[in-house]
Amino acid sequence: MDKKIIQTLAVLVDNEAGVLSQVSRLFSRKGYNIESLAVGATDDPHTSRITIDVVADDEHGVLLANQLRKLYPVHSVKVLNQENSIHRELLLIKVRTETSQDRNDVIQIANIFRAQIVDVGPGMITLAVIGKEDKNHAFEKLLMEFGILEIARTGDVSLERGMATIKDASKDRAEFDLGKNVL
Amino acid sequence: MELTGAEILMNCLEEQEVDTIFGYPGGTILNVYDALYSKTGKIKHILTAHEQGAAHAADGYARSTGKVGVCFSTSGPGATNLITGIATAYMDSSAVVFISCNVSEPLIGKDSFQEVDSTGITLPITKSNFLVHDVTQLADTVRAAFAIARSGRQGPVFIDILKNVTAELAEYEFVPREEHWKTSKLAALLSRSGSGMEMKAPEPDYGDIDTLVDMINESEKPMVICGGGVVKARAQAEMTEFIETIDSPVALTIMGAGAVKGRNKLVTGMIGMHGSEASNQAVDNCDLLIAIGCRFSDRVALDPKTFAANAHIVHIDIDRAEINKNVRTDHHVIGDAKKVLRLLNERLEQQKHTEWKQFVFSYPTEVGYDEVPGILTPDQVLEAIAKRLPQDTMVATDVGQHQMWAIQHFHFDYAGQLMTSGGFGAMGFGLGAAIGSKLGNPDKTVIHITGDGSFRMNCNELATEEYYKIPIITFIFNNGTLGMVRQWQHLIYNEHYSQTDLDRGPDFVKLAEAYGLVGARATNVEELEAAIDLALENEAKGIGCVIDCKIDIDEMVRPMVEGGARITNFIVN
Repeated sequence: MDKKIIQTLAVLVDNEAGVLSQVSRLFSRKGYNIESLAVGATDDPHTSRITIDVVADDEHGVLLANQLRKLYPVHSVKVLNQENSIHRELLLIKVRTETSQDRNDVIQIANIFRAQIVDVGPGMITLAVIGKEDKNHAFEKLLMEFGILEIARTGDVSLERGMATIKDASKDRAEFDLGKNVL
Repeated sequence: MELTGAEILMNCLEEQEVDTIFGYPGGTILNVYDALYSKTGKIKHILTAHEQGAAHAADGYARSTGKVGVCFSTSGPGATNLITGIATAYMDSSAVVFISCNVSEPLIGKDSFQEVDSTGITLPITKSNFLVHDVTQLADTVRAAFAIARSGRQGPVFIDILKNVTAELAEYEFVPREEHWKTSKLAALLSRSGSGMEMKAPEPDYGDIDTLVDMINESEKPMVICGGGVVKARAQAEMTEFIETIDSPVALTIMGAGAVKGRNKLVTGMIGMHGSEASNQAVDNCDLLIAIGCRFSDRVALDPKTFAANAHIVHIDIDRAEINKNVRTDHHVIGDAKKVLRLLNERLEQQKHTEWKQFVFSYPTEVGYDEVPGILTPDQVLEAIAKRLPQDTMVATDVGQHQMWAIQHFHFDYAGQLMTSGGFGAMGFGLGAAIGSKLGNPDKTVIHITGDGSFRMNCNELATEEYYKIPIITFIFNNGTLGMVRQWQHLIYNEHYSQTDLDRGPDFVKLAEAYGLVGARATNVEELEAAIDLALENEAKGIGCVIDCKIDIDEMVRPMVEGGARITNFIVN
């Protein structure tokens, strides 16, 4: 059995109601749990890009991409190689700061992680940090001792390095376009 | 021309040259049935006893004719009653367009009477589905739905139309089918697939074809598995030329029945769990396995790890997503079976594999059953059918032992001759499918092979058979049990026959008569032959017949390999 790692799938879809549930249901249908999912419109307002992280071996990452390509609202799918792509997520974290000492310590940690202070109030401070998931996890861990009141994260979004894009032609893609699983 | 949504729908069906619709009306689809009323004569509507029967009938119509089947239902229970039928069509890649109406826009999401999220429910069992809440989108959606259902790997498409949409007005202009690719949804699909502005079947990759030709030339022990994709492509001539040129044995999956003539000397019979010894041994011993239009289901491949372990596996399929899904392959070619086979045939030279064939055909391709006095054996029933009915008789089956016996025994001659629920295994499929097949092929004799368990599930469609004078001959393999489950209980569950005995009514002969059909009972070959003659007389008069054939409760389907085991690991020979 191949090693199970996080597979990141970038999916270009029609920007329409119901598409997200169609895409996400495919994962549960095929027996996979989505680790992270992020959606947003692209430069073309009619298409959205979904970034999905799922734990699977390489072979099953490809099989999932294949199944996604069969869905009518899906335009293009690419499994993003962890080394050749950039991954970021935005983390918002609200931390308890009971004393001014606490607050100073939290701000210091925030500086190290280049986090932004987005809100301060009596007994609390909210920070925003953009980074890879593992960096954000380390940040979160350090803040635990102060007491985390609430956390919100966008989930992983990802682009390939260099000129490569999801729209590039490849044999894989050609086979799908020729086989036209939709048409 | 300004028309209502319901009228636009009916006109779109005419664009598709639909001649038969199976369905059942109800509250939300009333406008559509009103529009149908004015089309009477142009489009035939078959009112079934139950929506499930309508769904199976539309599926049977599609499989037997190669056209797209059409099925109507109302919202809520109407739509949910279709579900088994839709899933059956999906698993066997059958082109059916299901059209249902839902409650009006203001009632959506209010848990209104007969409201259900039909598109949500059907999402995982359709090739695609659409919810139409804008009448200006209706014609375009229907055109796209038919195109999607029939092209590439075929499959069911579900359209849910809100009731208010069927009453609202919109501009409609007749567009002939050849021009549909220019309409917005299809045009968008084509432009993004980059395959030019015409809807045509894809060209296989020539490099992949050449690689396969080299592999075939190097092989000494080739084996071919032929699946439903070859049936769907109606590629019997190409397939026959291919196996005869490379001189390779060929096994047929259940869905592949009729893809090559069953009596062709290279056919090893069925493959998989109830496959012949010849088929299963050939797969286990070959050095090159070419699987065409099949998907290595768990009933065929059984154990993916040991399946064809000594061979290079090549997969030819129209659906790229099937490659490496169930069994790891060494090479693949994407494309329509007919096209790929043509290209291969152009490049191949005559080969000879005498020794290999001798090895394969040293194993039996069929099994015989011991005769028991006073009772019929499965092959006596099938033999009598084969002897007395025309060779081109169409066969619809239900699911279970009778299904396996029929497919093992009959030598199907052409694609679309067998209608069976192969992937989904839906008991109750047969009668509806037989009705659809007979309507699509009125000149052929259509028989329905079933078991007492399966028949009881949807025998209400006898009413449809009688009313529309659709003469089906039903053969019930009546062993008073759920035979296939009992067989597993016998072999694997220490003979704990838990809830499988069907020692109960009704009297099927009287049931047939109650529906206005002819019933007969057969306990031996003479009675059976007389019953078949009676059935044929009545068929000519448009009257269907039910023949209740008594068989032994302990009769098993042989051979058998347990699920997940190596394909040559027979637990019964």
